[in-house]
Amino acid sequence: MILVALRGLAGRKLRAALTAFAIVLGVATVAGTYILTDSISNAFDSIFTGIYRGTDAAITGRSAITSSTSGQTDVPSFDESLLAKVRQLPGVAAAVGGVGGEAQLIGSNGKVISFGGAPNLGFSIDASQARFNSLTLVDGSWPRANEVVVDRSTASKKHIKVGTTIGVQGQGRALPFRVSGLVNFGAAASIGGATLAGFDLPTAQRLFREQGKLDQIRIASKPGVSEAALLDQVRAILPPHTQVKTGEAQAASDASDTKSFLSFLQTFLLSFGGVALFVGAFVIANSISITIAQRTREFATLRTIGASRRQVLWSVMVESTVTGVLASVVGLGIGFALAKGLFKLFDALGFTLPNSGLLLKPRTVVVALLVGIVVTILASLRPAMRATRVPPIAAVREGAELPPGRFERYRGVGSAALALLGFAALAYGLFGSGLSTKQVLIFMGIGALLIFFGVGLFAAHLVVPLAHALGAPGARFGGAPGVLARENTQRNPQRTGSSAAALMIGLALVTLVAMLAQGIRSTFFDAVDALWQTDYAVTAQNNFSPIPAADSASVRNVAGVQDVVGVRQGDARIFGARHSLTAVDPGASHVFTLSWTEGSQAVLDSLGMHGAFIDQSFADKHHLQVGSTVRVLVPSGAQPSFSVDGIFKPPTGGSPFGPVTVGSAAFDRLYAQPTNLYAFVNVAGGVTPENTRKLEHALADYPNAKVQDQQQFKDNQAAGLSAILNVLYVLLALSVVVSLFGIVNTLVLTVFERTRELGMLRAVGMTRRQVRRMIRYESVITALIGALLGITLGIVLAVLLIARVKEINVAWPVTSLLSFIVVALVVGLLAAIFPARRAARLNILQALQYE
Amino acid sequence: MEGSDRANGAVVEAHALVRRYGEGETAVDALRGINLEVARGKLTTVMGPSGSGKSTLMHLLAALDRPTSGYVVIAGTRLGELSDTEVTKVRRDHIGFVFQFFNLLPMLTADENIRLPLTIAGEKPDAGWYESLVKEVGLAARTSHRPAELSGGEQQRVAIARALVSRPTVVFADEPTGNLDSRTSGEILELMRHSVDAYGQTTVMVTHDPRAASIADRILFLNDGLIVKDLPRSEPQVVLAAMEELTPT
Repeated sequence: MILVALRGLAGRKLRAALTAFAIVLGVATVAGTYILTDSISNAFDSIFTGIYRGTDAAITGRSAITSSTSGQTDVPSFDESLLAKVRQLPGVAAAVGGVGGEAQLIGSNGKVISFGGAPNLGFSIDASQARFNSLTLVDGSWPRANEVVVDRSTASKKHIKVGTTIGVQGQGRALPFRVSGLVNFGAAASIGGATLAGFDLPTAQRLFREQGKLDQIRIASKPGVSEAALLDQVRAILPPHTQVKTGEAQAASDASDTKSFLSFLQTFLLSFGGVALFVGAFVIANSISITIAQRTREFATLRTIGASRRQVLWSVMVESTVTGVLASVVGLGIGFALAKGLFKLFDALGFTLPNSGLLLKPRTVVVALLVGIVVTILASLRPAMRATRVPPIAAVREGAELPPGRFERYRGVGSAALALLGFAALAYGLFGSGLSTKQVLIFMGIGALLIFFGVGLFAAHLVVPLAHALGAPGARFGGAPGVLARENTQRNPQRTGSSAAALMIGLALVTLVAMLAQGIRSTFFDAVDALWQTDYAVTAQNNFSPIPAADSASVRNVAGVQDVVGVRQGDARIFGARHSLTAVDPGASHVFTLSWTEGSQAVLDSLGMHGAFIDQSFADKHHLQVGSTVRVLVPSGAQPSFSVDGIFKPPTGGSPFGPVTVGSAAFDRLYAQPTNLYAFVNVAGGVTPENTRKLEHALADYPNAKVQDQQQFKDNQAAGLSAILNVLYVLLALSVVVSLFGIVNTLVLTVFERTRELGMLRAVGMTRRQVRRMIRYESVITALIGALLGITLGIVLAVLLIARVKEINVAWPVTSLLSFIVVALVVGLLAAIFPARRAARLNILQALQYE
Repeated sequence: MEGSDRANGAVVEAHALVRRYGEGETAVDALRGINLEVARGKLTTVMGPSGSGKSTLMHLLAALDRPTSGYVVIAGTRLGELSDTEVTKVRRDHIGFVFQFFNLLPMLTADENIRLPLTIAGEKPDAGWYESLVKEVGLAARTSHRPAELSGGEQQRVAIARALVSRPTVVFADEPTGNLDSRTSGEILELMRHSVDAYGQTTVMVTHDPRAASIADRILFLNDGLIVKDLPRSEPQVVLAAMEELTPT
């Protein structure tokens, strides 16, 4: 029987390949994701261990806010006098102190040199302590005062030569530096796309405004001194708010941010692979169902010559398992190519990922193969069960059809119940009380899965009316092909339903994403409109990085400027939980109009050193009113108290302010390097080209800052959202492609099945062109059914989700929704190309004789 | 089992077979009470006009369908209450099929098609038997071809070899010449007759071709669901005359 299965597979190569393609894509995504993230993670590991080369222990500042394991918050620096004390410890052979931060190199065009989103790293180098130095000099010399060394990769891309002068911006305005040398990181020319800028210690301290301070001390122990002994000695002399760790532990802690981002990226990408596989399961189930229906007589014959039901089941399962194995292996290979291609693609886009070779872990192979095979087997289980129900007598019946499954008559009720159960699970996840985030996600996931499954199965019952309506234009204006195409889609509603359902899933998710994005965008715009009464805003070039407070202050001296109001942000612990603490400059009442429940606009200007205003929900949660005291713990360990002067209600789309906002004067005393998220500027005469020019001129020395008016500000802030949206579209396109293949497959099989009928139609005078058109119409109707179901479902899901999330209102992305319908149309047309050609090519005589 | 075979020489028995299609007023009785014994080693032909119930009778005898009442005994086993698995066992051990449309598996070679019943049963063919069978049906040179590469007559030869390969108790042939031209039909009929004479293969053939019927040892005539005539071996003219009697003009 295995022979029968394998031969059957070999005899239907095209069909098998089309079926398998659905799995190939899904497995490729899963494998590609693992390979990509593993490789990046591996590259980062080697970078971070490289950084701590020769380091047995490292001292850093300790944030008062987070636990000691994570370095995400602003870590306070410490006094450099500690270095001398460390060097005197008996177990210490050598120690070196350093500072670091964001250092932007300014290109010859006056713009910041930046590759994609990669960081611009600046740090001090102590060239005399070679054992700690992970950089190797490839040209020139190590930096002295007012000199900089730059990584070779950046230098060659931007034509930076030793001896030339380059602008560098740290904290404060950009300053000119002489390029003293070019360096490699270890043997590599670069770390991903990061730019590297190394200085001597005093220069770096000045650049990062850390005069007399250090961010880190690295220590090498004397031979024979154990790690534990070294740590003990260091601990004995540590001042408050500092900590010591082993070199490895420090490397791991530095890597933790990157690691958690990578693990997020991995889950994120895998979930799209999962969607593609889920859609693939639909495609496979449908393809196998059709193939089995066409082989009814074959199965019946097998039964008459002694095959048992179990053997029939086996032969189908062997066939699909082999398909699954082959598809998964191919998928794994394509996944490898995909990861390689993504590295190249990102590189071409200027977003270089650290890459020290592709890493194929055994886990990747196991998971990818397992997932592909299991999905294929699960998807073919139902059709295989139906094959066993073929009675032997079908061998002698003309035009024998697959008997309906045992549960066929419950299909309508059952699938509707499944969908309803899905909605119930989703609603419970969204609105149930006392669920953890994880539980919410699990319920939502299960709910969505059940909904798609239920609606997918139920689609068969919607096909007839939908095809009737959607096929109406074709039937009316398309002549005989139009009429026949409409009839054909209704002929086997289950088949059409399943093909459409596969497309439905992809389009439902795309619609959901578009609805959410539109909701977020429009509520954000509404919020800006409600709050904003200023002429200009100043932000970082990338729209979201905080910029040093000093940058925006420089516009204060521009003639005609009336108000410059910075909004600062920093980490803090308030009532035991981590929040961001925000701060505003006096004059804020001229740039914002807040909706006050207690207090008034005047509060904005009179916060001083001890005043604060809070938002309504924070006030409700902690039972605060005007006059209450709020105590705040900041990273440096200080715990100032503020009195509540006002309570405001932010618009639905949020505000620039966190739960607690204090005066900028108070903030600047608590945070060593205060940064602004935004600065808002009012100028006499409002927004004019002249004013814009003057402000831009004032910011010329701060290349990282940019000036924008209200509309630009809105667009820029929404740009990040558009970028995310585009990434999501690309990832979801994968499942749409899978469903496209589903339609192709169904059509090819249908054409094959109707060979005799097509021959008859051609014999009675239908032209090739008409045959092609008929298949095309059928394909488009199927795709449009999928689009209609998908878009409707997507809207329903989005409305449910938005009902739960208070920060978003429902808004209609009309253009996007219309373009999805166009996409479906195109999918339909593309899917029809190959089957239509096959149908038109049929030789009339052979088709009529076909048995 | 063997004993009962020997006692009356019958390998297939039908007892008061009734097959009703549909229910209530629209019910149609295709068979209205058939009693029959098929003798070992003989070729029995069932004839009758369209709608006489001859195909239904064969389906019931071959365990493809279940009677409304009455029962069938094959090689001493009463089929009535057997489960699907047990019926499958009976098919493997006792029944071979030859179909009007050949029903070969298109992806298997002629050779593989012939061996299929044994493959399914997990048995190995007796090499000598297999080779003589292939030679006997006249396929020796064509066994590596796929059905699509064979003529209709050759395909039916493959089908006959497939039916014979497991040496079943009885071979059922359903209009084996219905899809062939007259010259090829003659060859196929000869082959079937030969299998009865050479191997003592009990065969039941349903046909409406008088020439096909004339090679039989016994000819049963069905009309309106009843056996109306039971002839021994007869000439085609006699068969034709009997047929014309059944179809009043």
